[in-house]
Amino acid sequence: MAKVSVRNITKTFGSLKALDDVTIEFPDGGFFALLGPSGSGKTTLLRTIAGFIFPDNGSVRIGDLSVEHIPVEKREIGMMFQNYALFPNMTVADNIGFGLRVRKCSPAEEMRRVGEALELVRLDQLGNRKPHELSGGQQQRVALARAIVTNPSVLLLDEPLSALDKALRVDMQIELKRIQREVGITTIFVTHDQEEALTLSDRIGIMRSGGMVQVGPPREVYNNPANEFAAGFLGEANILDGKMEEHCLRLSDGSAIPLPAGSVHADAFAVRPENISISSNEPGNGKLAKLHAVLRQRIFAGAMATCIVDVNGKTVKVIARDRDIPDLPDGAPVWLSWNPEDTVLIPRSPG
Amino acid sequence: MRTGPLEILGRFWLLLILVFLYAPIAVMAFMSFNASPFYQLPFEFSTNWYRRLAGNAEIIDSAARSVLVAIATTVVATTLGTAASIGLFRYEFRGKRFLQVMLFPPIAIPWLITGTAMLIFFFGIGLGRGTPSVIAGHVALALPYVIVVVSARLATFDVTLEEAARSLGANAWTVTFRVTLPWIAPGIIAGALFAFAVSFDQFVVSYFLAKPGDSTLPVLIYTSIRKGFTPEINAISTIIISVSMLLMLVAARFSNFGGER
Repeated sequence: MAKVSVRNITKTFGSLKALDDVTIEFPDGGFFALLGPSGSGKTTLLRTIAGFIFPDNGSVRIGDLSVEHIPVEKREIGMMFQNYALFPNMTVADNIGFGLRVRKCSPAEEMRRVGEALELVRLDQLGNRKPHELSGGQQQRVALARAIVTNPSVLLLDEPLSALDKALRVDMQIELKRIQREVGITTIFVTHDQEEALTLSDRIGIMRSGGMVQVGPPREVYNNPANEFAAGFLGEANILDGKMEEHCLRLSDGSAIPLPAGSVHADAFAVRPENISISSNEPGNGKLAKLHAVLRQRIFAGAMATCIVDVNGKTVKVIARDRDIPDLPDGAPVWLSWNPEDTVLIPRSPG
Repeated sequence: MRTGPLEILGRFWLLLILVFLYAPIAVMAFMSFNASPFYQLPFEFSTNWYRRLAGNAEIIDSAARSVLVAIATTVVATTLGTAASIGLFRYEFRGKRFLQVMLFPPIAIPWLITGTAMLIFFFGIGLGRGTPSVIAGHVALALPYVIVVVSARLATFDVTLEEAARSLGANAWTVTFRVTLPWIAPGIIAGALFAFAVSFDQFVVSYFLAKPGDSTLPVLIYTSIRKGFTPEINAISTIIISVSMLLMLVAARFSNFGGER
């Protein structure tokens, strides 16, 4: 086990700056999710830590070891690939034992450790199968067992669940988290699926155009996004512009949004759709943040419903329990309200 | 199974193709067991030509030489060709495209021209005619086939397998032998068969490069037909065809001709 630290990493491919002066710490034993849209540099960062890519500048440390000039095969990492990359000509047991054989493990030792790994991923009976005889979820577990059986100092996961269907993916998320906890290995996980990042990790790094936008525990990043991009990327957010005044943020139609405690300077704010209540009359509670809006559409989805409303020409999304939404026709005037603490002020990102 | 008229027609067509392909060979094999040296009928069974063949040192020698040259060509061309394919697949370097494109003309250039060029070249460098020149010439002819076939198989190879192996601590050597080669093995077998066939079949280049008296079987067959045909040629040809068909069947059984396993 080891912590991983990356300092001032820069990597350019031709004219594209894939990583632009990235500095980040991955705590020992933590489950860290690198989240970002494609092209944000998250995979480049992962592959730089793995040793498939050598940075132009900066340092990578795994534990106390400086590794930026060490090739992948000497870094003692475990990696899981998007397509699992199981060796098709080998049995499940041989796949898992590959790293042990490379390390000149004795056959008895290899058998024992492969057996333990199979047990850990709950595939004890399938050691003699070939990868193509397994389901997607089973292949996934084999790939995970193979990656951790050598006791690597860090486990790197490159969108490992994206090839599974939704139900299986949720099962695997739970499974992955259980195994990570059991083994206690420092894990870095690349994904573009924000829900997956929130579910699995204890720290999240949001990336954009080769840089780190925000790093922190999932709840903190979710509740206090650093900027518009972080707010929009992690979960859904309604973002509205306003002018900063003494105790409120003034919108273009004149309505005033009370500021939450400890406000910084901001010229926009975000509210999560699930934090907004919708009503036909103006709510009496004077402490609430209130906005006048027009109902555009109501989308029923079982227990919950989504309302698309219009605030001064801007579309705002509201998610609420269906029975809490008044029965109104499309085009009816409505009031939106929320707790002032749910207002997230965001400084406009430059440019 | 239901057989419609179209299917019957299809089967008949297939039969025609097989007859077209195998009738001449069948006639030859048949005649190798006919007592008459002039292909006279009625057929009279005899193993005379096979017995005479056993005593014909010239034919046996040239057949042995052909097999030897073909095996040497196969080993050298398959090894070099596989290494070249992996190199072309794995690395980017200057002139790679040019090299790849230049692989194809030797397949298209008439062997007569290649053979002449090789003869001049081998005399130029002082190697002259002889079995080493024949092998070198055959390797040059077979190499593009091997590279094309092995590269085609490599194109279906998932490079993340190599990355996975490296992430597990395997060096380039281990990655190649434990991961890459097992995947492309069917392509290598197919490439080796091509190399063997190109060499074993080769007449023109062998004719140019072999020393008189040191000829390969196709060259010997050609010269003896000119001198007057003997049914011993039928006998040796029948043996060779049987052996090579057996080889092909075995190879097809194990390799599926470069297809998915």
